[in-house]
Amino acid sequence: MTVTTPTHHILTVLVENKPGVLTRVAGLFARRGFNIVSLAVAPTDDERFSRITVVVDVESAPLEQVIKQLDKLVNVVKITELAPGDSVQRELLLATVAATPEIRGQIIELVGVFEGRILGVGPDELTVCLDGSPEKVNDFEQMIRPYGIVALQRTGRVALPKLDRRHPPQLHGIDAEAS
Amino acid sequence: MKLDGGQALIKSLEMEGVETIFGLPGGAILPVYDPIIDSPIRHILVRHEQGAGHMAEGYAHATGRPGVAMVTSGPGATNIVTPLADAYMDSVPMVVITGQVPTSALGTDAFQEADITGITMGVTKHNFLVASAQDIPRVIREAFHIATTGRPGPVLVDIPKDIVDPQNANSAMEWYWPDSVDLPGYHPVTKGDPAMIRKAAELILASERPVIYAGGGILKARAAEALHALAELCDIHVVTTLMARGAFPDDHPLCLGMPGMHGNYTAVTSMQESDLLIALGSRFDDRVTGKIDAFAPDAKIIHVDIDPAELGKVRRPDAGIAGDCRLVIEELITAIRDLGGPGAQPDRTPWKSRISGWQETFPLTYEMSEPGELLKPQYVLETLRDNTPDDCIVASGVGQHQMWTSQHWKFNHPYTWVNSGGLGTMGFSVPAAIGAKVGRPDRMVWSIDGDGCFQMTAQELVTAASERIPVKVAILNNAYLGMVRQWQEMFYDERYSEVYLSPDLPDYKMWAEAMGCIGMRVESPEEVLPAIEKANEIDDRPVVIDFRTDAREKVYPMVPSGRSNSEIVVDPAQGQGGR
Repeated sequence: MTVTTPTHHILTVLVENKPGVLTRVAGLFARRGFNIVSLAVAPTDDERFSRITVVVDVESAPLEQVIKQLDKLVNVVKITELAPGDSVQRELLLATVAATPEIRGQIIELVGVFEGRILGVGPDELTVCLDGSPEKVNDFEQMIRPYGIVALQRTGRVALPKLDRRHPPQLHGIDAEAS
Repeated sequence: MKLDGGQALIKSLEMEGVETIFGLPGGAILPVYDPIIDSPIRHILVRHEQGAGHMAEGYAHATGRPGVAMVTSGPGATNIVTPLADAYMDSVPMVVITGQVPTSALGTDAFQEADITGITMGVTKHNFLVASAQDIPRVIREAFHIATTGRPGPVLVDIPKDIVDPQNANSAMEWYWPDSVDLPGYHPVTKGDPAMIRKAAELILASERPVIYAGGGILKARAAEALHALAELCDIHVVTTLMARGAFPDDHPLCLGMPGMHGNYTAVTSMQESDLLIALGSRFDDRVTGKIDAFAPDAKIIHVDIDPAELGKVRRPDAGIAGDCRLVIEELITAIRDLGGPGAQPDRTPWKSRISGWQETFPLTYEMSEPGELLKPQYVLETLRDNTPDDCIVASGVGQHQMWTSQHWKFNHPYTWVNSGGLGTMGFSVPAAIGAKVGRPDRMVWSIDGDGCFQMTAQELVTAASERIPVKVAILNNAYLGMVRQWQEMFYDERYSEVYLSPDLPDYKMWAEAMGCIGMRVESPEEVLPAIEKANEIDDRPVVIDFRTDAREKVYPMVPSGRSNSEIVVDPAQGQGGR
């Protein structure tokens, strides 16, 4: 379960869209003993680049060292640290929950309260979907867990800087020209 | 102009100014070997791919130009992984071309297929798997740019066979040479931050006990002259790490020599007692710092490195400057002058007298052998040092012989010391010496090797003999894996486990002769000089001298692994050492 704690930091890493780039990033984390809490990757609007959103646990290594080592990868174009207060974060959860006809209504009600969706209904199971802030997704997971989770998949979070901020996203520990 | 990919590859290497390729052909790289016949590039056919890699490294160490090696797929590629890792640790500019199975066969466990870009991701600065023949000039241009700029390092370029094979339609390409490189994520910093440089100048002018801690980055940045100017301007002593030997002349009164686990007493202790360490192109390696918590406890730190990730990686600097060592030192000198120059420094007489006191009390020392005993390795080294030109290039392997050479040689010129520091690769010496000699044919090149190291890569002397590369090899043959033996003697109650090698098996003289070299054996002190003089006169083939040395000899001083540098152990003849 992903819970935002002070040792977790969100990095959005803009990388060249080339084969093997994810391996390079993941391999660097493994090699240097940095812990990944979650990782999401997808193309951006510019087909030359992809964006990796990675939540790192900096108990394992100082954040500055993680950023500097990442920046040494030739295919890494730009690294931005997103402070939780200055960013919007979303995560997607899919879950299949045990739901006999007697309690199905309770679960459907819960999904409604959390503004999730029902994706599939079986004789005694429901597949549900929820997106939201990691905290909201955590809360929802807690609520449905007692009903019996058959399968659960979360995406890990993606994030972008909040709008209407007075300062641009801050680059930590890196000369802006070098990024 | 229509070319095939193989022709484009060789032409691209020519465009990069490559004069020599060290390599060994095989199935997947075969098409690239055909256009080599028509190229002015010299190809040196090695006997093992590891040899090609270390030769390319030796070439790069001696010349400053990138070394180039070319091997086939699968085992050819995996055999060159050790040199790549070695070059990565020591920031050696190198480009390695590997053959690969055809694009259509990738991922099918084809004959001689190995995922070499995957395997080498952690030991290269960058690597490429080339997708089409049309990409070859661009990728080669990028590979050399990455290998030689910023913090230098090895780059691997993996080339599937179909894009270089003229029999295959995939190899067709239209020749071009890119004017520039487009690497949106690669912008090495070179110029230091002026505010930090000014802060560094202020720290220097306030320091009572400063020491310059010069590392291999000085050599990579061609900054030896700038270092010389800084040291003399501010009258500051300089330690030169294993990777920086020769970056500051050993015969200079401000030179303290090598620090670290086997550094001399004064170099180690002056760092330990300093109030300011000026780290220039050095990276606070564990072999230099000893126990990091106890390293130079009272010192403020100025750290200059072209790799921003080195600043604060091990020790938090008070002034951390990311930039090219030469440019930053030049700016630092200007900043010091602007702040009132060396005249504004405190009186450092007490510090200097402490340094000279340590030098007098704890010089490097050893006892000469008694008649009938085996040679002392230090005696062999001193005799060799005193009977070779001042600019002789010395390449060593890894172990006791390496430490003795670094300690006892007088390195007065940059780029005269070629060795494997970070990775500690046994077997480095012979091929690295060959590569250095190819790069600097005007210089005398001696490989100083141990018997354990020599047995790992000696076959490259066949390469040297057939290519007429007249390197000279001094084997300090103590019949042991000497450094391991030393640790077993000191830390494992003299329980010697799997370290004995025998002085006579193999017979090094006969082995040398079988490989087309002149072989000699030296057993007594009076034979040492005549053998060296004879070797120095031979210039048409390699020479190997088997010096029979005393296995009981240990490398001193020594800081035991994981201990504080203040616990340095000096030669027992000098008592307990310490302060």
